[in-house]
Amino acid sequence: MTGLIIKGGTVVDPVSGNLFQADIAVVGERIASVGKVPEAKDATVVDARGCYVLPGLIDMHVHLREPGYEHKETIATGVAAALRGGFTAVCAMPNTRPVCDSAATVGFVLKRAKEAGGARVYPVGALTKGSEGKELAPLEEMRAAGAVAFSDDGRWVRDGQLMRRAMEYAAMLGVPVISHCEAPDLSAGGVMHEGRTAFILGLRGIPAAAEEVAVARDIILAALTGCHLHVAHVSTAGAVRLIREAKARGLRVTAEVTPHHLTLTEEAVKGYNTNAKVNPPLRTAADVAALKEGLADGTVDVIATDHAPHAREEKEVEFDAAPFGMVGLETAVGLVMALVREGVLTLPQLVAKLTVNPARILGLEAGLIREGAVADITLIDPETEETVEPERFASKGRNTPFAGWRLKGLPVGVVAGGRWFEMRPRPASRRTRERK
Amino acid sequence: MLQRKDLVSIEGLRAEEIRSLLDTAGAMREVIQRDIKKVPTLRGKVVALLFYEPSTRTRFSFELAAKYLSADTVSVVAATSSVVKGESLLDTAKTIDALGADAVVLRHPAAGAAEFFSRYTRAAVINAGDGMHEHPTQALLDLYTIEERKGRIEGLTVTFVGDILHSRVVRSNIWGLRKLGASVRVCGPRTLLPPGLEEIGVSVFTRLEDALPGSDVVYVLRLQRERFTQGLLPGIEEYARLYGITTERLELAGPEAIVMHPGPLNRGVEIDAGVADSTRAVITQQVTNGVAVRMACLYLLMRRENDDRAYH
Repeated sequence: MTGLIIKGGTVVDPVSGNLFQADIAVVGERIASVGKVPEAKDATVVDARGCYVLPGLIDMHVHLREPGYEHKETIATGVAAALRGGFTAVCAMPNTRPVCDSAATVGFVLKRAKEAGGARVYPVGALTKGSEGKELAPLEEMRAAGAVAFSDDGRWVRDGQLMRRAMEYAAMLGVPVISHCEAPDLSAGGVMHEGRTAFILGLRGIPAAAEEVAVARDIILAALTGCHLHVAHVSTAGAVRLIREAKARGLRVTAEVTPHHLTLTEEAVKGYNTNAKVNPPLRTAADVAALKEGLADGTVDVIATDHAPHAREEKEVEFDAAPFGMVGLETAVGLVMALVREGVLTLPQLVAKLTVNPARILGLEAGLIREGAVADITLIDPETEETVEPERFASKGRNTPFAGWRLKGLPVGVVAGGRWFEMRPRPASRRTRERK
Repeated sequence: MLQRKDLVSIEGLRAEEIRSLLDTAGAMREVIQRDIKKVPTLRGKVVALLFYEPSTRTRFSFELAAKYLSADTVSVVAATSSVVKGESLLDTAKTIDALGADAVVLRHPAAGAAEFFSRYTRAAVINAGDGMHEHPTQALLDLYTIEERKGRIEGLTVTFVGDILHSRVVRSNIWGLRKLGASVRVCGPRTLLPPGLEEIGVSVFTRLEDALPGSDVVYVLRLQRERFTQGLLPGIEEYARLYGITTERLELAGPEAIVMHPGPLNRGVEIDAGVADSTRAVITQQVTNGVAVRMACLYLLMRRENDDRAYH
């Protein structure tokens, strides 16, 4: 029986909340057993002593840029970045060129992902044709081709009636709608959070109200239609409050937050740092505190990166002219491990937000370490530290405001589709070196 | 002493640096009052004036300042340069650097443009207005004019009236005035008052009746007509009625208060002709002092040798 044995690690089960010592045997693409696994002569053994062994991480909000913007990222480089960041699955947002609004494009993304190998790619289909907010996209056709959610990410569906119809249709198909909640009438022309720093820098502000008005409308439409609404990248205290309220009323509303909105404030824009230009914008310290509270009390279900690669020349311009977005796949784990050290989340809670929660939202068979489960596994060494060096990213995008940051707690390797990918030296191999 | 490569903001200056610029402007002021205004100080140096936004007075003022100091000037206006061919600001900066200009005076519609530009050239960059961010030489000439008329800046109360939201003049002045010990008030319609002002120590008013008493300087801002079409204000008559500075209104500020305006004026809108042409207005002095202040900036930034300069 050939296969792979992950030996001596601490398994984190996000469902039970338990941590336990166990070996994991992988055969083919499935977990064959969890517990005490006997040595097998022909198996590859990964010494996982000193590592946390987690279900493979899922990033449900990623921009892979292909087709159409291959100078920013390709599916192959995006998948490589995912693996290097410890993610075994990503959701690809549809704002490509052409927009992913047909079965053909969904199929293209899946085909490219298969060629790339490694992390799984789940396409998100556009909600409206061309994401133009005018006509419904062929939702059932895309679902059948493999789309796991629908979204006009980056563009809020302004027309309330169309959004209602889209949500009714998606509810019928049992597929969640992911909404990028920002009312364009209120954010008009803004490039950063509206407040003190925007005034000082002379930059146009995006008020928190732009997000909150949109979240409120979409929650009301979720109540009307029974559609599962997933609010993308929540960034304001008011939006967290609205979602908390909706959940208390029993509505099918879930939400995600990015590592950068949990880590940075509007101050990061100072010096006109275009790598800190992101949509929704970095907010205030009070918003960051509210996002953490929302994570802790379960209002915010998921951590997702909104990985948005751009070419260097696109960001090396005047602040107003720079596109929104920052890369996130390769810094996410190191940033969010700080939440455990700070006491915001327990380790199993954090892991749930990166595994079983997105899997449940999207209806994926993933996020569990169990006999018979899909063998997607992430190993994290909580002690390893590294300085962020964008030149070493697997992503084509180097647009991160975290360059030079010292991160602690990093992925050392993943099992994706039954294959072992090693990213960093494991504690066991470091010990071995020390002994020599 | 001013020890820096560029002048991109007042926020980034220390009080002593502002003081040194104002003192040098005093010396320059004497130069331009002479019969023969030209001094050889910057002979052989090149000042490039790079304007991506229309401007008559600021460009003219800088050009005169450079010429009085014997520098050679090259003027590039956006519409006639490779800007229309789509050259990026980054490449323009590198080109200007390669051409060997010693100083660049830059006006640009994007906030942060001057700081951005300065990263890619060894030339001294002087910000002549970057979007809504700052207009440092305007604030310096305003400080100079206030001190000239009032004998001091410390302890004064300066009230800005009008479109605070879009004003780079206000942003530069807030820093300059506060660093030199003055209090700053702003007064305007709520739609033109951005959030965050109180947090940086500015007192905010919406009624002139509340803002003007106790003001030593009433600084009237130009109102752009497009504010009406943008839905920020209901109409010009209402604005003039609520915020226009008239002779009667000025009485609220007391007999010693002076009136300033960055120009160009909309007479009958934000300021009445009677006020603009009165002895309490120092608007023409502002223009004259602008040349002296810009001479001081050019001189202090360019007097060092080129090899002192480095990319930062």
